[in-house]
Amino acid sequence: MLQVCNISTYYGNIQALKEIDLEIKEGEIVTLIGSNGAGKTTLLKTISGLIKPKTGSVKFNGRQITSLDAPEIVKLGISLSPEGRQVFPKMTVGENLELGAFIRKDNKEIKESFQRIYELFPRLHERKNQVAGTLSGGEQQMLAIGRALMSKPKLLLLDEPSLGLAPMLVETIFELIKEINQQGITILLIEQNARMALMVANRGYVMETGKIVLQDDAINLLESDGVRKAYLGE
Amino acid sequence: MFFQQIINGITLGSIYALTAVGYTMVFGILELVNFSHGSVYMFGAFLCLTLMTALGLGFFPAFIISIVITGMLGIVIDRLALLPLRRKNAPKVASLISTIGISIFLQNLVMVMWGSETKNFPLALNLGHIQFNSFRISYLQMIILLTSLILMMGLTLLVKKTKIGKAMRATAQNMEAAKLMGINVNLIITFTFFLGAALATVAGVMVGMYYQSVDPMMGFMAGLKAFAAAVLGGIGVLPGAILGGLIIGVSETLAAGYIHSGYRDAIAFAILIAVLLIKPTGLLGQKVQKKV
Repeated sequence: MLQVCNISTYYGNIQALKEIDLEIKEGEIVTLIGSNGAGKTTLLKTISGLIKPKTGSVKFNGRQITSLDAPEIVKLGISLSPEGRQVFPKMTVGENLELGAFIRKDNKEIKESFQRIYELFPRLHERKNQVAGTLSGGEQQMLAIGRALMSKPKLLLLDEPSLGLAPMLVETIFELIKEINQQGITILLIEQNARMALMVANRGYVMETGKIVLQDDAINLLESDGVRKAYLGE
Repeated sequence: MFFQQIINGITLGSIYALTAVGYTMVFGILELVNFSHGSVYMFGAFLCLTLMTALGLGFFPAFIISIVITGMLGIVIDRLALLPLRRKNAPKVASLISTIGISIFLQNLVMVMWGSETKNFPLALNLGHIQFNSFRISYLQMIILLTSLILMMGLTLLVKKTKIGKAMRATAQNMEAAKLMGINVNLIITFTFFLGAALATVAGVMVGMYYQSVDPMMGFMAGLKAFAAAVLGGIGVLPGAILGGLIIGVSETLAAGYIHSGYRDAIAFAILIAVLLIKPTGLLGQKVQKKV
């Protein structure tokens, strides 16, 4: 579904991604783990068109999307729930979700999507008229994911959905990720919480300083010595 | 006398408000004070006048055409003077200076094309006035007020309710997230510049009618006062620009009427300074809170 080929991305003179190769097949949950500054967020931003890579290519369903701008990539069916939630703070929960469906014109189906999101996140329904800036961190995270789903993506990119959340909420979020995947949406998940991520994922990639150093089925990664030492704290 | 001054002040203030929303909208989205806005306002008034006198168009066609052309001028300013800087991630102050350059360019362009002297603006709508006991309201004042009111309500509705308005607010609050929603941010910025310049033209033409004259420097003081109005109300906040415009308009005419007409400009800025000392964000402005 998604093929990332030999991608190198720079911030000025600093190389943030070094010849990254990554592949996602339809229906999978793929996770990308690694420590701070490894380049995980940069990779997601490159895939979603916010940053342009210097070399390499990104293909989505066989189509070149490397040079496309972010809005066009959303229209093709890739949606990013960004790091730090990035909800629109002065707009209501409802308006935030509405903006998530900005590229869609089918009003009837948009209404159905609203219902589906509210079923998935009952908390958002309770708060739908509340201004997003006043929500708690967990609620904002749900809103960011819900908003990303409103564009009806085929591939959902999640950047650190568990960051800064209470342990109970982290489990809820991971349950929801599985549920979203079961509804037929392919997921690329970035996490620092490597154990949780590898437990829900089919496959995993490990990143270090801009490079992919390891890739395998999630179960194997969970049991590999290197990963256990470096990321699972054992 | 008092009521008369209040009415004159509200009329003037509603024009300031129309100009101030242009500053506030652009600032809201780009965090940029567009100092070319006053010159755009002047250009719109001159264009309308020229269409009427040189081409012999009636007032309304000339008015509409000048709104559209000046609106497009707003877009051209963004495309030529600001977009290249945004692309290069230039510091904000570079864009600011660029808008000052555009402002000087426009003033001189108008002087070259139409001369530097004050021009008589024909009284397109001579409609008389209503006399009350101690004061009177001219129909022109009522038209100015009504036009400003309708445009302001229209703009508020546009920003609050329509899809493009929501996209504008989203772009102002978080440009990167707006892109991720599929919003074409550059199109939104283009639209904002068009809207601001179009409203400034309405204001410029109405001022031309009100004082029955236009001159190439008319945008300088009016632009500064409209900017002061936007800051006074809280820059980036739409109702703030409207409130700020009215306060500056009324205080200016009261100062001219009761103290001395020489203080009319001073008082507007004195109020601005006083308000900012007490509430640095402006009357309706809020501190930006960011949750991490």
